[in-house]
Amino acid sequence: MTETKKEEITKYIVISSDKVLPSDAAMKIYESEFPVTVKETCFGLIVSGAKDDIQTVVEKIRQLDKNHIFVKDRGFPPGDERRCRASRGGGPRPGFHFLREEVELLPAIGAALDELEAKEHVTEKCKTKCRLKTSDLEKVIEEELAR
Amino acid sequence: MSFLAKVFIYPLNSLILADLVERFGHKPLTMMSQIREKVTSLSLDSPPINITPEDPKLGLKYAAIEVPAGVRGRMALIGPLIEQTEAAIIVENPPTNFGCVGCNRTNELTKYLVRSKGVPVLEVKYPESNEEARDFVHKIAAFLESLPKEKPEEDENAKEDQPTEKEDKR
Repeated sequence: MTETKKEEITKYIVISSDKVLPSDAAMKIYESEFPVTVKETCFGLIVSGAKDDIQTVVEKIRQLDKNHIFVKDRGFPPGDERRCRASRGGGPRPGFHFLREEVELLPAIGAALDELEAKEHVTEKCKTKCRLKTSDLEKVIEEELAR
Repeated sequence: MSFLAKVFIYPLNSLILADLVERFGHKPLTMMSQIREKVTSLSLDSPPINITPEDPKLGLKYAAIEVPAGVRGRMALIGPLIEQTEAAIIVENPPTNFGCVGCNRTNELTKYLVRSKGVPVLEVKYPESNEEARDFVHKIAAFLESLPKEKPEEDENAKEDQPTEKEDKR
């Protein structure tokens, strides 16, 4: 047993973006030709493969819309009989409920990350009360219209 | 990939917290990594039954024998994470608390152990509106940026050496 097996990991890529769809992200992974398994889901993707490959792939996908694409680890590999709905007679798999609750919060978290990033670029000049900037007002209107 | 600090998150399986911690360059200590070891380890005889005789013994380190077995079983997974903790983010009032994080006694014990460990702890509430989400992200970002920037190299090296030793024994 001198041959060491590469560590296999699985990650969720949860997409809460207006620009990127799960199918776009999946296509991007197929184009990259990394030897990883991709499963498209309603909330995003499940990717599984060697640790280095997955980290590279995940970073590439995140760059598509970095404040609106979220990533977390998954313990079970995709299609695992102990978790897969196909072998458990349907219904949401254990662990999905919490993910679903958090997915509802992601647009707000993404907007907060956008704001945080914008603040890093533009140092806040006035900390006292000041007039609302037209650019900020435009942003608010656009967000409201996009709903 | 080198991380700055190992950050314990509560709820242990939170997507938002795990992502934010990783986004700011730290390593989240999550239940998923512990579960992965359990379900993919070749040393398990019957993988659907994921408990080994060693697990209850490990759980006894954190909870007494009269404590329900579920608490000890969970602590067998969560306890090693608490030992590695260098900082912690505890989010109160999570929207759902069931599944692997569904035991309230375990959750209380976990939070108690983390708080009494003496590491920097950030306690926030789960956001319910856009304004709260903004505060939530800003607080977490400020906390993660305030953590020490140096990374002890020995820990990483020691961890990498361990699996090779095990393989040699087999």
